[in-house]
Amino acid sequence: MKQIGAVRSSFAPWNDPASVPLVRFEGVTKRFGDMTAVDDVSLSIYEREFFALLGPSGCGKTTLMRMLAGFETPDAGRITLGGEDLAGIPPHKRPVNMMFQSYAIFPHLNVEKNVAFGLRMEGMEKSAVKARVEEMLALVKLEKLGARMPHQLSGGQRQRVALARALAKKPKLLLLDEPLAALDKKLREETQFELTDLQVELGMTFLIVTHDQDEAMVLADRIAVMDHGRIVQTGTPGEVYEAPANRQVAEFLGDMNIFEAVVDSVEPPMARLSGEGMKFFVQDDDCPAAGSKVFLSVRPEKMRISLDPPPAKTPNVIAGEIWDIGYLGDWTTYLVEIAPDRRVRVAQANATRHVERPMSWDDKVFVSFDPDAGVVLTS
Amino acid sequence: MRRDKSAIAAVLPFAWLAVLFLIPFVLVFKLSLSDVALSIPPYEPQFKPADLPAFFGALDFETYRRLTSDSIYVSAYLSSLKFAGVATALLALIGYPLAYGISRCSKNTREMLILAVILPFFTSFLIRVYAWIAILKPAGILNAALEAVGIPPLSILHTDTAVYIGLVYAYLPFMVLPLYAALEKQNATLLEAAADLGATPFTAFWRVTFPMSLPGLAAGALLCFIPIVGEFVIPDLLGGSGTLMIGKTIWTEFFSNRDWPAASAAATVLLFTLIVPIVLYQRQQAKVLAA
Repeated sequence: MKQIGAVRSSFAPWNDPASVPLVRFEGVTKRFGDMTAVDDVSLSIYEREFFALLGPSGCGKTTLMRMLAGFETPDAGRITLGGEDLAGIPPHKRPVNMMFQSYAIFPHLNVEKNVAFGLRMEGMEKSAVKARVEEMLALVKLEKLGARMPHQLSGGQRQRVALARALAKKPKLLLLDEPLAALDKKLREETQFELTDLQVELGMTFLIVTHDQDEAMVLADRIAVMDHGRIVQTGTPGEVYEAPANRQVAEFLGDMNIFEAVVDSVEPPMARLSGEGMKFFVQDDDCPAAGSKVFLSVRPEKMRISLDPPPAKTPNVIAGEIWDIGYLGDWTTYLVEIAPDRRVRVAQANATRHVERPMSWDDKVFVSFDPDAGVVLTS
Repeated sequence: MRRDKSAIAAVLPFAWLAVLFLIPFVLVFKLSLSDVALSIPPYEPQFKPADLPAFFGALDFETYRRLTSDSIYVSAYLSSLKFAGVATALLALIGYPLAYGISRCSKNTREMLILAVILPFFTSFLIRVYAWIAILKPAGILNAALEAVGIPPLSILHTDTAVYIGLVYAYLPFMVLPLYAALEKQNATLLEAAADLGATPFTAFWRVTFPMSLPGLAAGALLCFIPIVGEFVIPDLLGGSGTLMIGKTIWTEFFSNRDWPAASAAATVLLFTLIVPIVLYQRQQAKVLAA
């Protein structure tokens, strides 16, 4: 199988038919009144995996996680953990721990006592509790703040307390509900890398719920993209980004240019399409038969933009006019008008500091992309 | 300019306290330093600006010495503290489950139940206490009901039991409302977090809900304890001749014995006794506000 995107070592139990998943959702459905929050979801999560549930708010991802923690009961289907059916097991008896989006730190207990809470419930010996709390606080770099009360902590510190508390019992599975949503951008990026390091170091299984695609891509081994209570696609970050299952996934994960087209001819792996008054030549193994209505999708960073026309016979060239420019420092995004009120987005890395003749508003430009940059989608 | 305006805002509560609390207190305190006299008004000395030195010379702490020599005052204070303590404990035992239950109801039910807690305030306090006489008296509603089911009648009216019933009844809203406020604002996610960490619902209550509601319980307890110590109407109407409470003693000194200095001295001592729980209450409230 062709590898796409960044691949984390050779860890891929989901491709090994012999491996047994740690968590299994089988046809799980949850309704709240008339609303179906989770609709017939089946999903397997493997030991030591960092798994992300990604989707817009209200897509059912949090409900799915809360059913695993025991706070909601499925209306249909089965959830198993380590082969054991979780039905009827109350939250306090489940070997999973959760880090809450609001952190849910006990405001009347200091940092140490918050972290120790779960251990005390287990009936762990006092000296052992003390040692574990110290270990956990060191892990999240809060050694010196053990005696502080929660209201004396910054947002980032609270986040760490919540994490230390959830990790303290060394659960089989750690659930993270939007763990970084309340942090500012810089802190969030730092914490993302710390989380992946922690997960590898502790050898635990992490399940994260997030609406932030960057977060899911950076953190997870695999992502399940959810919408309207269903899982639309499951795959590695590279798979869902480079080979989205449909337009919805494509547009949810980053920017995407989409052209409505019809397949003219197919000579695997190449295909010719036409649409919106243009001819396209693309490489896609799964292109449907000639005559099918399809959507050709191309990521902005996989398009090129130039002032001079590309050499003759270059496929997939579109002429246009620059409509808007977004300069981001590392990248520049160009919005190019290719027909009245029809714009495509092109992103270019600013690899050099000086450009002889920078492109400007209203310049006539040529946008092009390679045949293998396009993905043919049927829905 | 702005400073002047904020000064006015600060002056208002102080003026309020000065006019309605400090000045009456100074008058009462002055009375307590006077001597008993059979005249109108029944005390000496009267205030004549001309002979100020003589005026201050005539004031003394003689009455306070009398308070300690007559054991009735000490007994009345201790008895009042006992009544207030026991009643506050009963109020906490009844009010906590009530407030907890209300706080766990759906929003609409909650609002209705809180209204029900406040509803008695729409009727005069005195009438409500009289209603208890009608209920508890020998041929009252309670005994009629007991007789109907074949239980021998109880004589509750004019006993300490009747006083406790009246106190718990009258002060229940003052216990329930602060407790409810503390319980209602508690984040339900905290209980989920406790459950997630292995706490049974019972443990979660004792380790999370209860400790977090302690400021509310403290506020409710002080709001009940402080006025109950000085309570007069309930022990007077529902209590018996043996029911000893300082509020009743002060009233008797003022209006039956016409010993204004003794009554004023007793009232002054009562005030200073209550300063301790009042300061505790203030501290508690400051803490709640700071958190």
